[in-house]
Amino acid sequence: MASGEAMRRRHPLLGVALLSALATAIGIAIVLSIDWFPSQASTAAKDIDELYYVLAVVSVPIFVLVMAVALYSVFAFRVRPGDMRDGEPIHGNTRLEIVWVTIPFIIVSILAAYGWVVLNDIEERKQDTLTVDVTGQQFAWSFEYPEQGKLQSNQLVLPKDRPVRFRVHTKDVLHDFWVPHFRLKTDAVPGLTTDIRVTPSRLGTYPVVCAELCGIGHATMRQSVRVIPAAQFDSWVDEQRQGKSDGGVAAAGGDKTAAGRQLFTDTGCDACHALADAEATGSVGPDLNDIAAAAARYGKRQSQSPTEYVKNSITKPNTFIVPGFREGLMPETYSEQLSEAEIDTLVEYLLGVGKEKDAQ
Amino acid sequence: MTATARFRAPGWYRAALSLVIAFAFAVALVTGVRALYGWEVLDWGAIGTVAMIAMPLAFLVGIGCFDYWFGWAIGKPTVPDDHSSHGATSWKDYFKVNTDHKVIGIQYICTTFIFFILGGLMAMLIRAELAQPGTQFVDPNTYNGLFSVHASLMIFLFIIPVFAGIANYVVPLMIGAPDMAFPRLNALSFWLLPTAGVMMVASFFADGGAFATGWTAYAPLSTETPFGQQFFTLGVQFAGASSIATALNFLVTIITMRAPGMTFWRMPLMVWAQFTTSLLVVIATPFIAGSQFFVLLDRSLGTDFFTAGNGGDVLMYQHVFWFYSHPAVYIMMLPGFGIVSEVISTHARKPVFGYRMMAFSLVAIVILGFTVWAHHMFVSGMHSWLRIPMMITTMLIAVPTGVKIFSWLGTLWRGAIHLTTPMLFALGFITMFTLGGISGIMLAVIPVVIHVSDTYFVVAHIHYVLFGGSVFTIFAGIYHWFPKMTGRMYDEGLGKLHFWLSFVFFNLTFGPMHFVGVDGMPRRVADYADQFATLNAIISISSFLFGLSFLIFLYNMIASWRHGPKAAGNPWRAHSIEWQVSSPPPIFNFDEVPTVVGGPYEYGVPGAVHAVFGDKKAPVSAAHGPAPTPAGGGAPPPNDP
Repeated sequence: MASGEAMRRRHPLLGVALLSALATAIGIAIVLSIDWFPSQASTAAKDIDELYYVLAVVSVPIFVLVMAVALYSVFAFRVRPGDMRDGEPIHGNTRLEIVWVTIPFIIVSILAAYGWVVLNDIEERKQDTLTVDVTGQQFAWSFEYPEQGKLQSNQLVLPKDRPVRFRVHTKDVLHDFWVPHFRLKTDAVPGLTTDIRVTPSRLGTYPVVCAELCGIGHATMRQSVRVIPAAQFDSWVDEQRQGKSDGGVAAAGGDKTAAGRQLFTDTGCDACHALADAEATGSVGPDLNDIAAAAARYGKRQSQSPTEYVKNSITKPNTFIVPGFREGLMPETYSEQLSEAEIDTLVEYLLGVGKEKDAQ
Repeated sequence: MTATARFRAPGWYRAALSLVIAFAFAVALVTGVRALYGWEVLDWGAIGTVAMIAMPLAFLVGIGCFDYWFGWAIGKPTVPDDHSSHGATSWKDYFKVNTDHKVIGIQYICTTFIFFILGGLMAMLIRAELAQPGTQFVDPNTYNGLFSVHASLMIFLFIIPVFAGIANYVVPLMIGAPDMAFPRLNALSFWLLPTAGVMMVASFFADGGAFATGWTAYAPLSTETPFGQQFFTLGVQFAGASSIATALNFLVTIITMRAPGMTFWRMPLMVWAQFTTSLLVVIATPFIAGSQFFVLLDRSLGTDFFTAGNGGDVLMYQHVFWFYSHPAVYIMMLPGFGIVSEVISTHARKPVFGYRMMAFSLVAIVILGFTVWAHHMFVSGMHSWLRIPMMITTMLIAVPTGVKIFSWLGTLWRGAIHLTTPMLFALGFITMFTLGGISGIMLAVIPVVIHVSDTYFVVAHIHYVLFGGSVFTIFAGIYHWFPKMTGRMYDEGLGKLHFWLSFVFFNLTFGPMHFVGVDGMPRRVADYADQFATLNAIISISSFLFGLSFLIFLYNMIASWRHGPKAAGNPWRAHSIEWQVSSPPPIFNFDEVPTVVGGPYEYGVPGAVHAVFGDKKAPVSAAHGPAPTPAGGGAPPPNDP
C-alpha cells in the first residue's frame, strides 16, 4: 500500500498509461465485436469491411489518447472556485508540435494509400462480364439485360460468381442505385451513364435502395435483387420471356392472383400505393384497397369500364388524376416496361383483390 | 406622432407600408408584362417570385436600413451623427435599426436562437415520425419539407449567423476598437437575416408544401418541384448577402482598427478565427449564390443550366454548390475553434499552447478547405480520377485539425482548471469533435464512402461536427461572454445541468445513427425497414430528452438576464481587452484607447499584461509614481501582500 502510494507519486502517469492501454483494448474489442455491416453478398464486401474495421481500430487509440489527456488534466489540475492561482506559463514546445504534425500526417498517408489500393481492387475490370442496364425513375427501378436479347424486367436477378457491370441511367431526376449487401452504390445522373462493377458471391434476396433524395416517394423506392446459381440464370431468362407472353401465370403455377401479386411487387407499385393483399403501404399515390369501387365510380364518369379505367391508369396515368393527388407523379413508362399480357394480369389482379375485399 | 409622420419615419409602420407597396408592384409588373405579351394576365407563381425579391428589399428600406445612404446619394446635407441611436436603453431599441455593434450582436444572437428553436422543433417532428417504421404523423411530402427546412435554418439561420453575432459583440472589444468598421453595413447585414429566415419558414404555407429537396437542393429535382422551392432559392440569397457583408466588415475591422500595439501575433485566437472565417465567407459564399441563381433562372425563366437534354449539366450544380458548401463547414467551425481557445485558456488559466501554430492551422484549414469539395461527390458519377486527390486533401485536413486538438490538450496540461459551464462545454466539444473527426476520416476513404454515403452514418457525422462541434462551442461562448453582454451572471448549477443532459442525450441520439447507417439505412426517408426499428425508437426517445434539455438553457438565460446577480467587469480574471471594461461595456466601448503591450494569454507570467489604458508605456512597477491601470489582470507580483 505504502509502496503503491510512493509509486503513484513517483510516476503519476504510469497509472494513466495503464488505464489508457486497458481502455484501448476494450475499445478495440468493442469495435471488432459489433456486427456493423449487412451480410457480405459481393466479392468487394470483404475488402471494404476489412478497410472499415482497420479504420475503426486505428481510431480507438487516438480517441483514447485525447480522452486520457483531457480527463487526467481535469482530475489532476482542477482547482476549487476562488483559487486565484494561475497555471504554469508554458507557451509551447516546438519538438512536441513537430511530433504531432508528423505522426498524424504519416497515419493519414498510410490510410489513404490503403484506401486507394482497396479502391483499385474493387473496381478492377474482369472477364466474362454480364452487363445490366439499370434505369431509375420516380419511384421505381427497371432493368434490361442487353446480352439476353434486350430482356426487360422489373426484377433484378443475377447469377452467382459472375462479374456484373451495371450501367445506371435515369429518366427524370437524380437517383442512387444502392445494394447495401453488395456495398456498392452510384448515382443515376440525367444525361450520363454511370458504371459500377460487382461480383455477387452469395445466394439470396437483398434490398435495392434509392439513396439519393428523388422526391415524394423516395423513402419507398425499394426493390430487391435476387442472386441465383449461375446454372439457373438461363432458365430464369426463358421464364421471363414466357412471362412476357402469358403475364407470369405459368411461373406462378397457374395461380393468376399469385402472378398478379408478384408483378405488383416486382414492378415496384408497392413503393407508392397501399394494397393489403400485397402488404404494400405506400402513401404517395391513391390507396388501391378500394380500387374496384373507385374504378367503377371514376370509370363511369369517363364512360370506361372498370377494366379499361384501371388499364388506362397504368399506361396513361396523367389523363385522369384522382382528386387529392398531384399530376406527373406516376411514371408514364409502364406501357413500354410491361407486356400486354402482364398488364392484363395486373389489372385482373387489382380488380379481383378489390372485389374480394368488398365481398368480405 | 401624427399618422403620416409615422409612415414616413423609419420603423415598423413604414416597413409594413413598404411591403404592401412592393406586393402591389409585383402584381403590377407581372400582369403588365404578361398583358403586353398577350398572355393570361394572372400568374401567381411569377407574382410570387417577383414579390419575394421586391418585398424583402422594401422591408429593409422601410425599416430604415438605407436612409443614410439614400440621403447621401441624393445630396441631402449630411447631418453630423449625434449617436442618439447608439446603444439600447429598453427592449424596444432591439427592434430598430441600430448601428452599435453590441446591440447588433444581441440582435443577431436572439434572432438566431429563435430560428434554432424552430429548427429544433422540426427535428422533434422528424424524430416523432421516425420513432416507428411506416407513416404516422406526417405525409412523405411534409416530411421531406421538414428535414429540408430544419437543415437550412440550422445552417443559414443559426450556426453561421450566431457566430457572426457573438463575434460582432466581442471582436471590436477584443481588438480595442470603438465599433465595427462599417456600422451601417453591419445593421443592414443583421436585418437581411430575419428576412431570409421568415422566407424559409413561410415556405410551409406555399402551394405544394415547403421546399423538400434537402438543404442541398440538388438539381434537377429542385428545378422541377412545386413553388415552395423558390423560398429556399431566394431566401439563401438574403442570408448569403448578409454573410458576405458581415465578413467584409470583419476583415476591414480586424485589418484596420486594431488598437495600437496589437500586431497580428498579439491578436486573441478568437480574432484570428473570425479573420480566417471571413476570408472563407468572402471567397466561397458567392458560389452558393450562383448555384441558386442558376436554379432560379431554370425555374422562372426556363433556362437550361441543369436540363441534361438541352446542353445543361447536372453535375455542375453539385460542383458549384459544394465549392461553397464544403468551405461552409469550416465557416461553421473556425469561429468555434476561436471560442474554445479563449474559453480553455481563460478557465484553465494558462497561455494557449503553441499560439502561432494555432493561428497557422486556421490558415491551413482555409487553404485546404477549398481543395476538398468533391469528397461530397464520390458516388455522383463525376470523373473517377478526381476522387483520389480529393481523398488525400480531405485526409490531410486532419493534420491542422489535430494540431488544434493537441494544442488545447497542451493548454489544459498543468493549468489551474476551473470546471465552469463554458469550460465543460469546451471539453465536451473536444470529445465530440474528435469523434466527428474520426468519422470524417472514414468518410474520406473512397471504398468506405461508396457504401455509407447518403446513409445515417453521414447524418451521425454531420451532427457530431455541427452539434457536438459547433453548437457546443456556441453554448461555451454564450456562457463565457454572458456576464459581459448582459452585466449579469448566469446560474452555474443550471448551466452544468444543461451541459450534462446535453452531453448524455446528444450521444444517445446521434451515436446509434452510426450503426443504422452502416447497416444500410439511407438518410432523408420517412419510412424504413423494420430491422432498424429498435435503434430508431431509442434515437427518438433520446432526441426528445435532448430537446427538453435545451429548455434549461433557455430558462437560465432569460431568468439570469432579468434577475441574475450583477457581474463584475472581469469575473473570469481574463487578460483580453473585452474584460477590462465594465459589464456591459460603456456605450462607445472605451473611454480611452487601450494600448496593447503583450500577448493575450500571459497567464502565470508574473506582472504580464495584455493591454494598458491611459499610458503608452507598459507599467514598470506598481510601486512608483502614478502608474497606469494595468488592464491585463495577470498574476500578482510574487511579493505582493
